[in-house]
Amino acid sequence: MSQNILSAQPRLNPDDFLPATAEEKQSLEFMRPSVSFWKDGFNRLRKNKVAMVSFWVIIVVMIFAFVVPSFYPYQYAQQIRGSERLAPMQYSELEKAAIAAGQSVFPHFLGTDKLGRDYAIRVMMGSRVSLLVGLVATAIVLVIGSIYGSIAAYFGGWTDLIMMRIVDIIYTIPDILLIVLLSFALKSPLSGLAELPGWKWVNTVGVNLISIFVVFALLYWVSMARIVRGQILQLKEQEYVTAARALGASNRRIIKKHLLTNMIGTLIVTTTLQIPSAIFTESFLSFLGLGVAVPMPSLGSLASDAISGLQTYPYLLFAPSILISLIILSFNLLGDGLRDAFDPKLKD
Amino acid sequence: MNRYILKRILFGVLTLFIVATLTFVLMQQVPGGPFVAEKSISAAAMQAMRQKYGLDKPLIVQYWNYMTNALHGDFGLSLKERGRTVAEIIATKFPVSARIGGISILLALALGIPLGCIAAMNRGKAVDNVIIVFSTMGIAVPSFVICTVLMYFFGVKLGWLPTYGLTSWKNYIMPVMALAFYPTSYIARQMRSSMLDVLGQDYMRTAKAKGLSENKILYKHALRNAILPIITYVGPLIAYTLTGSFVVEKVFTIPGLGGEFVSSILNQDYMVIMGTTIFLAALIIFMNVIVDIGYTIADPRIKLK
Amino acid sequence: MTEQMNHEKYLVSIEHERLSFFTPVGEVKALNDVSLHVSPGEILGIVGESGSGKSVTSYSLMGLTAYPGRIIGGDLWFNGHHINDMTEKQFQKMRGSEIAIIFQDPMTSLNPVYTIGNQIREVIMLHTNKNKQEANERAKELLTLVGINEPDKRLKQYPYELSGGMRQRVMIAIALACEPKLLIADEPTTALDVTIQAQILELMMELKKKLGMAIIMITHDLGIVASMCDRIAVMYAGHIVESGTTDEIFYQPKHEYTKGLLRSIPRLDSESHTKLVPIEGQPVDLLNPPKGCPFAPRCRACMKVCLREMPPVTTFSDTHYTQCWLNQKNEAEGAAQGGDAK
Repeated sequence: MSQNILSAQPRLNPDDFLPATAEEKQSLEFMRPSVSFWKDGFNRLRKNKVAMVSFWVIIVVMIFAFVVPSFYPYQYAQQIRGSERLAPMQYSELEKAAIAAGQSVFPHFLGTDKLGRDYAIRVMMGSRVSLLVGLVATAIVLVIGSIYGSIAAYFGGWTDLIMMRIVDIIYTIPDILLIVLLSFALKSPLSGLAELPGWKWVNTVGVNLISIFVVFALLYWVSMARIVRGQILQLKEQEYVTAARALGASNRRIIKKHLLTNMIGTLIVTTTLQIPSAIFTESFLSFLGLGVAVPMPSLGSLASDAISGLQTYPYLLFAPSILISLIILSFNLLGDGLRDAFDPKLKD
Repeated sequence: MNRYILKRILFGVLTLFIVATLTFVLMQQVPGGPFVAEKSISAAAMQAMRQKYGLDKPLIVQYWNYMTNALHGDFGLSLKERGRTVAEIIATKFPVSARIGGISILLALALGIPLGCIAAMNRGKAVDNVIIVFSTMGIAVPSFVICTVLMYFFGVKLGWLPTYGLTSWKNYIMPVMALAFYPTSYIARQMRSSMLDVLGQDYMRTAKAKGLSENKILYKHALRNAILPIITYVGPLIAYTLTGSFVVEKVFTIPGLGGEFVSSILNQDYMVIMGTTIFLAALIIFMNVIVDIGYTIADPRIKLK
Repeated sequence: MTEQMNHEKYLVSIEHERLSFFTPVGEVKALNDVSLHVSPGEILGIVGESGSGKSVTSYSLMGLTAYPGRIIGGDLWFNGHHINDMTEKQFQKMRGSEIAIIFQDPMTSLNPVYTIGNQIREVIMLHTNKNKQEANERAKELLTLVGINEPDKRLKQYPYELSGGMRQRVMIAIALACEPKLLIADEPTTALDVTIQAQILELMMELKKKLGMAIIMITHDLGIVASMCDRIAVMYAGHIVESGTTDEIFYQPKHEYTKGLLRSIPRLDSESHTKLVPIEGQPVDLLNPPKGCPFAPRCRACMKVCLREMPPVTTFSDTHYTQCWLNQKNEAEGAAQGGDAK
C-alpha cells in the first residue's frame, strides 16, 4: 500500500492505518470519579496532618476534662491537711507515713496548691470549665446568629435593613466593658435568684459565668449573623435557586435543600473558630477575678493565683498556661484545617 | 463622601449614648448603693453621704445630671478614693496606659507588616512556614499567659527586667512586648493573606510586563494595595490594646487606666466604673470612626462611589 | 543550520519549545514541541481552546512564565535575543520597550490605586530619558492615538472611572508607549462587548499600519483571526497542529481539529433547526498527555497509529503544514499513485 511511509519508518505496518475503534479511544480518556462534597472535604481534612493532630489533642483534653475526674481519687475543692504546696510527685509527711503503714496514696502528679488541693484535678476541672464555656457560648452564638441572619437575608427589604442597623450598633459596643459591667450588675439579682428553689446551681456556676453567657447571647452573635446573612444573600443569587424555584420548589424546600447544605461548610468553620474565642474571653475574665466563683477553678483563675508564688512554685503557672494555650491553639488549627478542606476558595 | 463621614460620626455618638445609658442603668442594679459594704458607718452618716453624692434624688434626675455633667468632663467623685474626682483619676492614669498601648501598637505594625510581606513573597519556603507557625501560636496564646511567662523568665529567673512599677525604661519592655504579641501575629497573618491576594492580581502581571524591577513592583504596586485591608484592623487593634491593658497592668503592677478599671470593679466604686467605662467606650468608638474614615480616604475606589 | 538562519530572518523564532509547570500534583506539560515564527510587521494569529498553550507560548517569550513553570526544551529567539539565556535584568530592559503585551481583562489589568497618567508615565520614564513633564506630554499623545478624548482629564482619573473599552485602549497606549517591535494581544476583546470589540480591533489594525509593529493575536475566536491575521497557527494540547496563511487555513484546512473548529461555527445562512456541530470529547489532561497525537481520542478519522505515536510534519507549501497521520497517509498514497493527492 503506502510504500513510502513504511520504508521511511520501518516500525509501522499497514494495520496501523486502520481506523481506531471506540474502545481504543476510550482507554485513553481519563475521567476522574466524582466525589460527594462531604467525602471530598473529609478526605482533604484527613490529609491535613496538623488539623488531625489538633483534633486528637482536643479529644484527649476532653477526656481529661470530662471523663477522668469521675474516676479521680481527689476532688477539686478537697483540701488535704498537711499537703500544702507540694511539688509534682512529692508526698507530704502525713502521706509518707501512710504509705509506710501500708496504705496506697495516689500521687499528686502536679503537686498541690497553697490550700493543699491536688493540682492535677484542679487543672482538669479548670479545663472542663473552659471547654464548657467555649462550647455553650458558641452554641448560643450559633443559634441566635444563624436564625437572625437567615431571617434578615431571606426576607430582605426593610426587615433586612432594620435588622442590620441593629447589628451595626451592637457590633460597635465594646464587648469586654459590657461583660465586666454586666457581671457586676447581675451579681445581686442572680444571687437573689439562687435563693429560690431549683436555682441553686446558679451559685455553683457563678454569677460571672452566667453573665458571660448572657453577654454572649446579647452581643457575640452579630458576626455569626453577618456571615450567615452574607452566605444566604450570595446563595440566593445563585442560579440554581432560581432554577429550583422555576421548577416549583417551595420556600422551605429551597432553604433546606439548597441554602443550608451549601452554608453548612462555612457554618462549621465559623463555629469551630468561634470556640477558642469564647474560651479566651472566659479565661481572660477569670484571670482578672471576674470569672468563675471560687472554689471552682478555671484555667485563667489558676494562672492568676499562681503569680504570687512564681519564684518557688512555677509549675502552678505552667500547667494551666500550657493547657489553655493548647486548647485554643488546637481549635484554631482545626478550624483552619476545616476551612481549607471545605471551603478552598477561602484559602490564600 | 462628606455625607459618609457625617453619618459615621453620628453613628458613633449614638452608640456612645447607648453605652452610657446602659452603664448608668446597670449601675443602679446594685442594691443599697455603694456604701453597703461599709459597716462602720452609722445610718445618719450614710444618709449624709448619699445626699453629698446626689444619690437620694430620683433616678431620672440622677441620669440627667450625670449625662450633662459628663458632657463637660465631670464624671463625679470617686466613692472609694475620697477627695479625688473621677476625671482626675482618668487624667492621671490614662497617659500611662496610652504610652504603653501606643508603643505596642506601633511595634505591632512595624513588625507585623514586614513579616507578613516576607512570608507572602517566600510562599512555601522555610521562612514562610516559620512565620506562619509563630503567628498562629501568637494568636492562640492568651495575653495573660504571655505576661506571666515573660515575667517568669525575664523577671524572676533571669532577673534582667523589673517585674513591677514604672520607674525606668526597662519597666516598659515586658508590658509592651506582652501587649504587642497578639497584634503582631494577627497583622502578620492578615498582611500575608492580603499580599498573596495582591500578588495574584492581573495588574501585577501588567507591571512586570512593563519591565519594572522586582523591587519597584513590590513597593509601588503591591504594597499600596495590600496594606489597605490592614487599615481596617487598626480600629479593633486599639480596642484590643485597651482591654489587653487590664491584664498587663495587673500582672506588672502598672498604675494605668486598665488596672484602675478592674480594681474599681472589685472595689465596687461605681462612679469610677461608670466614668472609666464611658471614657474607654468613647475612645474605642471614635478610634473606629476615624479608622473607617481613613480607609475610605485611602482607597480611591470607595472615594468615588 | 536552518535554525541560525531562522532567527536572523524572523523577528520571533521559536523552535521546538517544551515547557512544563512543576506543581505539587505533578508535572503539567503545557507545551510539547511548539515551533513558530513571526516576521517584522506581520500579524500571526494563535488559535486554540483554553489549555492549548497559546498564552503560555507568548508569555515564555517575555519571561513572564508564572511560577512553577519552566522552559525545559527548545530555542526561543526574539529580535536577536536568545531568550533561553536571558537574565531577569535583561528581560526587564526588553519588556515594555521592544516587546509589549495587552491582557484579556482590562477591568483587572490596571492598578486601581494609581491614576491612568501615573501608569502610562511609568513605562515611558522607565525606558526613555524623558522627565515627568515630557512623559506626560507623550502620554497625552498616546491617549489621542488610541482614540480617547479629553486626554488631560483622563490622565488624572482612576481606572474605576473608565469603561472596559476605554481601559483596554489605555492598556494599548501603555503597550505602545515605547514603540515596541512586537505586540502580543492575549484575547484582548474577549471581555468586551461585540461593538467595542470591533472598535478595538480596528484600532489595532490602524496602529499597526502607523507604527509597523508585528502582532501576535491570541484568541479562540475564528472570526477575529479571519479579519485580521496574515498567518494562523492552530494549537491543541501544547502542540501546533496546523499552521498556514489565513486563506490556507480557512479554505484548505488539513487537520481534523482545524476542520472541527471551522465546522462548529454557527452560520447565519444555515437553515433553522440545523444542529450545532461541536467537537466531541474532553480536553486533554496535561498531567498525563497521551503518547500519540493529542487530538486522537476526539478525532473522527482516528487511526490506530494515531493513538500510539506523534505524527511527523506534512508540508503543503512554504507556509502551510500540519502534524497528522491522515495527511501522511494521503500524501504517501498520492505519491505512490504518482499524481497529486492534494
